Amino acid sequence: MAGDNLLEIRQLTVKVDGKEILHSIDLSIKTGETHVMFGPNGGGKTTLLMAIMGFPHYRVTRGSIIFGGRDITKLTLDERARLGIGISFQRPPVVRGVKTRDMVTACFREGQGEEAVSQLADKANLTDFLDRDINYGFSGGEIKRSELLQLLAQSPDLALLDEPESGVDLENIVLIGQLINELLEKIHPIRRRTRSGLIISHTGHILDYVNARTGYVMCDGRIICEGDPHEILETVKQKGYQECVTCLRRVNYPNTETGLKRPRTNRPPSERI
Amino acid sequence: MLDDLSLRTGTFIQMDNTPIHSSTKQEGIEVMATSQAMEKYDWLRDYWWQAVAVDADKYTAHVELHQADGYFIRALPGSKTVYPVQACLYLAQSRLIQDVHNIIIAEEGSELHIITGCTTAHKKAAGLHLGVSEFYIKKGAKVTFTMIHSWTPETGVRPRTAAIIEQDGLFLSNYVIMKPVHSLQLYPVARCIGENATVRFNSILVAPPGSKMDIGSRVFLNAKGAKTEIVSRAITTGGDIIARGYIGGNAPDVKGHLECRGLIMKGAGTIHAVPELEGTLEGVELSHEAAVGRIAEEEVEYLMARGLTRDEATAAIVRGFLKVDIVGLPPMLNDEMQKAIEASEKEVM
Repeated sequence: MAGDNLLEIRQLTVKVDGKEILHSIDLSIKTGETHVMFGPNGGGKTTLLMAIMGFPHYRVTRGSIIFGGRDITKLTLDERARLGIGISFQRPPVVRGVKTRDMVTACFREGQGEEAVSQLADKANLTDFLDRDINYGFSGGEIKRSELLQLLAQSPDLALLDEPESGVDLENIVLIGQLINELLEKIHPIRRRTRSGLIISHTGHILDYVNARTGYVMCDGRIICEGDPHEILETVKQKGYQECVTCLRRVNYPNTETGLKRPRTNRPPSERI
Repeated sequence: MLDDLSLRTGTFIQMDNTPIHSSTKQEGIEVMATSQAMEKYDWLRDYWWQAVAVDADKYTAHVELHQADGYFIRALPGSKTVYPVQACLYLAQSRLIQDVHNIIIAEEGSELHIITGCTTAHKKAAGLHLGVSEFYIKKGAKVTFTMIHSWTPETGVRPRTAAIIEQDGLFLSNYVIMKPVHSLQLYPVARCIGENATVRFNSILVAPPGSKMDIGSRVFLNAKGAKTEIVSRAITTGGDIIARGYIGGNAPDVKGHLECRGLIMKGAGTIHAVPELEGTLEGVELSHEAAVGRIAEEEVEYLMARGLTRDEATAAIVRGFLKVDIVGLPPMLNDEMQKAIEASEKEVM
């Protein structure tokens, strides 16, 4: 299945509350690939995920989002979800009265039974949380596992994961890595995978548990670097994101001063499993 | 309501101002008209207007002056209902004032489950329902009282309810109103007079356009270790709701919590939450949480991100809002409550 672009973002410009946050973003993810986006807080990473998912507050003013060959830029949030895009929130809201079980059941669009819900909950170590209000009193790790539990039920072709490791202890992060790997079919070689992922990570810890093919750095609403995720992470760890901003090899865009096409800084090695 | 007679311990039906049926199938459980009970038991006068004051307002006075009948339900000491007793108060004649006076007595160590439905025959005619209910819950007894109201836009409703709970007694009251009503005012009061008495009030209110509802629950914790929890969920789709709550802590080691949440869905409805706590001595533990607002857009979008349409997401949140965890209700009454809640949900959507 690998090879075709599942997601293709062209010149995407997004405003939130009238302020332009993302400026001419280009990004493509092939079927079966996992990409990871680094960047400092407030750089626009979450805005990108929210815009791809179609949250109305994140208004696309220019550019397009192509998913599975179809222009989805004007589709609503729920239409995109039903087409096969899913999101794991960094800080999802509490919905009083709506049980975790209700959410997981709703995610299974094909009416899978109680048993399927129980099996998945067991896998995510959330059996005891099924009859609790969703996210109410959940710890950081419980929230992340609950988000992944819902995504596993939803089985999206493209999973958008916003900081899946933030606020999670060491014990939980291993399980979270396992759940993401299952969600993204990491058990299969890349050519047999049908699922793709875009992971946002501030710290990059998730790369110790989930492999990614391509990494990016996003600063001030622009992708300024693209390449091997581990190499990028190493640089960031040593020199911080400021290095990315001043780096001579940073990615340029047609609409920037140089007018150059966007190069890839590093060819990524084959994805490791 | 419970259509299957085999699932009832007893039945009482009153049409307008006349009891037309009363029966019981379980030994130790008495169900009859209050007029009949007054003839049978002299001592019943000792309970008459003891929980509710006869001169509380013009409605209680009206009930007394018209020699109102109603239901008398009593569980003898140690008797426990296997199935609920069902009572139905039916307003058949148009432009009528229905006066009702009910007495419920749970003797020591007994357990009584009651479900009552009140409704009218005429969908357009005016009517007024005045219902006095006095509950006496003796030492170690337990009473659950589930009341489902289904009135019409022309009906006025004035229930006047009070309960007296003795040591280790439990009073659990559930109230659902799911249809339009012209004007409804009720503020039942429970007095815990024995140590460790417990009271729980759950109210689920949906006010369509034109409905005026002034509804609350009051609990006086007057004995050591008494506890209460008052939960109300109110939704307006255009009607006006006053959601009241009062807990008075007047004895050592009492605990009370009041939760009052309101949703304004659409139209020009209002919700006025009035939670009140009054502590009169050291060591009482009283708390409340009240919130009135609309459904959070963030919550709707969260559910939409899982593939639910906006309407499905809103319905799921409303369903969750109306779902109150009721502890201590037998399964079949819980099912009836859930059915009523589902009907309320349809009214909202």
